[in-house]
Amino acid sequence: MVSKNSSRGVRQPMSLKYMDEFRDGGLARRILTKLKKQCSGRAPMRFMEICGTHTVAVFRSGLRPLLPSSLELISGPGCPVCVTASEDIDKAIWFASQPHVLVATFGDLLRVPGSRASLAQERAQGADVRMVYSAMDAVELAQENHDKEVVFIGIGFETTAPTVAAAVTHAERLGLKNFSVFSVHKVLPPAMEALLSSGDLRLDGFLCPGHVTTVIGAKAYEALAARYHMPCVITGFEPLDILHGLWMLIQQRFSGTARVEIQYRRGVTWEGNVAAQRLMAQVFRPADAVWRGLGRIPLSGLAFRDEWVRFDATQKFQVPQLDSREDPGCRCGDVLRGVLSPPQCPLFRKVCTPQSPKGPCMVSSEGTCGAYFKYAYDGPNLEEEEKY
Amino acid sequence: MKETHVLLDHGSGGRATHELVQHVFARFLSNPYLDAMNDSAVMHVPGHRLAFTTDAYVVDPIIFPGGNIGSLAVHGTINDLAMSGAQPIYLTAAFILEEGLEILLLETIVQSMAEAARDAGVAVVAGDTKVVPKGKGDKIFITTSGVGIVAPGVSVQGQNARPGDMVLINGTIGDHGTAILCTREGLSMEGDIRSDSAALHTLTAAVLSRCPQVHVFRDPTRGGVATTLNEIARQSRVGIRLFEEALPIEEDVAGACEILGLDPLYMANEGKVLVVLPREEAEKALQTMRSHPLGRKAALIGEVIEDHPGRVVLQTRIGGNRILDMLRGEPLPRIC
Repeated sequence: MVSKNSSRGVRQPMSLKYMDEFRDGGLARRILTKLKKQCSGRAPMRFMEICGTHTVAVFRSGLRPLLPSSLELISGPGCPVCVTASEDIDKAIWFASQPHVLVATFGDLLRVPGSRASLAQERAQGADVRMVYSAMDAVELAQENHDKEVVFIGIGFETTAPTVAAAVTHAERLGLKNFSVFSVHKVLPPAMEALLSSGDLRLDGFLCPGHVTTVIGAKAYEALAARYHMPCVITGFEPLDILHGLWMLIQQRFSGTARVEIQYRRGVTWEGNVAAQRLMAQVFRPADAVWRGLGRIPLSGLAFRDEWVRFDATQKFQVPQLDSREDPGCRCGDVLRGVLSPPQCPLFRKVCTPQSPKGPCMVSSEGTCGAYFKYAYDGPNLEEEEKY
Repeated sequence: MKETHVLLDHGSGGRATHELVQHVFARFLSNPYLDAMNDSAVMHVPGHRLAFTTDAYVVDPIIFPGGNIGSLAVHGTINDLAMSGAQPIYLTAAFILEEGLEILLLETIVQSMAEAARDAGVAVVAGDTKVVPKGKGDKIFITTSGVGIVAPGVSVQGQNARPGDMVLINGTIGDHGTAILCTREGLSMEGDIRSDSAALHTLTAAVLSRCPQVHVFRDPTRGGVATTLNEIARQSRVGIRLFEEALPIEEDVAGACEILGLDPLYMANEGKVLVVLPREEAEKALQTMRSHPLGRKAALIGEVIEDHPGRVVLQTRIGGNRILDMLRGEPLPRIC
């Protein structure tokens, strides 16, 4: 693990345990052989990996081409940057354009295009935009820059929201008046429900997100599994985790059951991290949120509770109505709903590349389009690419 | 190039840098030496072949575990010469200092430059100093240039990789970039992540003396091993297959990168050389490197292939294959 040396804190390096045992090539190949045997002669199955980190892990390990042909993995809406609406990126850029405002955010968000520009482009033109590793770093920036209002762009799912809540309570204890958060946090289970209820996606199970579930607990998917008869397996991020998770989903499908199971036992419990849940609930309340591709989903976002509203950047500033639009032709929304794979998008690799992204799925480190572009073996050859 | 302003990405050493160089510098300054896009230019002068190079150092922080901007400026330029198979002889150094820099700190940096140059057997024979007003620079920038001599018969350049060649590296991957990132951001990791900054010319000379058929030397600095191998694959119009299982990566570096969502293959190295040479020479080169102090952890990490020219493919631990692309933009830590 990692810790941050702060001017106040004590330097406390934490242990780094590497995950080699979950990357054992021999064991992976044996499981793959078994999977192929199990799937042989069976009907095709489609599983959705909800989490962007799963998507990237699948590509980075080169797992996709090794899976049985009857087993299809599709990517879901679990990349926090990708599901952020253009309008929210535009608002972040609007904050950065205000005098005496310092915008702090995670690295992932810097290159995501809004309607007209990205935060990185605004920075190159003179805006004060800083990359931070945690919300607590943004609080430190507020302490160091009394002449500026520090607006932290709070983006992320249930994994990140508690840390932002902790930063807000810390800022309160410090009596900081120049720190606020633009909360575009989202929570995952309502989005999963929206996907299933839309009816345009045929699915046989969910590989549920490991990191998010460490916080919310496996119980969060129980109602979903029962209502839609949908197998849910909370899975870790190493190649063997993913293979094991798929194995568990297949067994459920073959036996006709649909329950919540935990593959990622070293990180996830049934109840989750109760302290983190409490902290999140202390500062934030559920609110409707607009997801790119999925539209407005009831109670799928996090807004400030009344007693913390002085830390809400949208209350401190009068954000005007912005003329937001998404790039015409960008199909990120369909990719996020799992109804389109990136190579099927007309912009993919032609006008939309990681260097010149038209949508967030291409630029985010957890984005599906970026993963296809960077890792898929069936990409264009050099001559083709040089034409773009 | 679509950008209208220089972005930080343009300094990443990856694809954006490549585009900026092609669309701005190469466009106006084109000549056969520059167009070869090697780490240094090798020029014929009466009686000799001279290698000539220049590089600017703007590292932040200026002092880091394993070195500082001064020793780095010496090592980096020596290495650029060594990558052409040259033996470095002279360096020059230009300093851009920001008003307010502590003289004591400057002394520390220049002293370590002197030590690095002395240890490497090269002399700093000319220099220049400019001071810019506070806020117009970042403490200290150093530009070093260097010349070296290339022995007769040696032809080491990025265009020379051939299908059937093997790819070797003299040690662990990603140490410098990870050490810099952890120091810059004040991230404290368990273990001892130190920059690998070192002058490689004695190692490359040792390899060349036993394996004169070396096709390519290239130091995987900014953009890391992944980007550098992509450059070689493009220059030589060949494919490269890298074996994930064979990659030497320190556990501390791998762990730190894992936590930050970064890939050691894209992190900078300052004491590493990628060696591409015919298959039958590979074992001899490996043993030569391992008997050198800077090559004890040398490893055979890949091979040059005919398939997919211009591309690098990683054969993963679990037996899959995936593209290993050039760095695109600065490596940025992920949200979760």
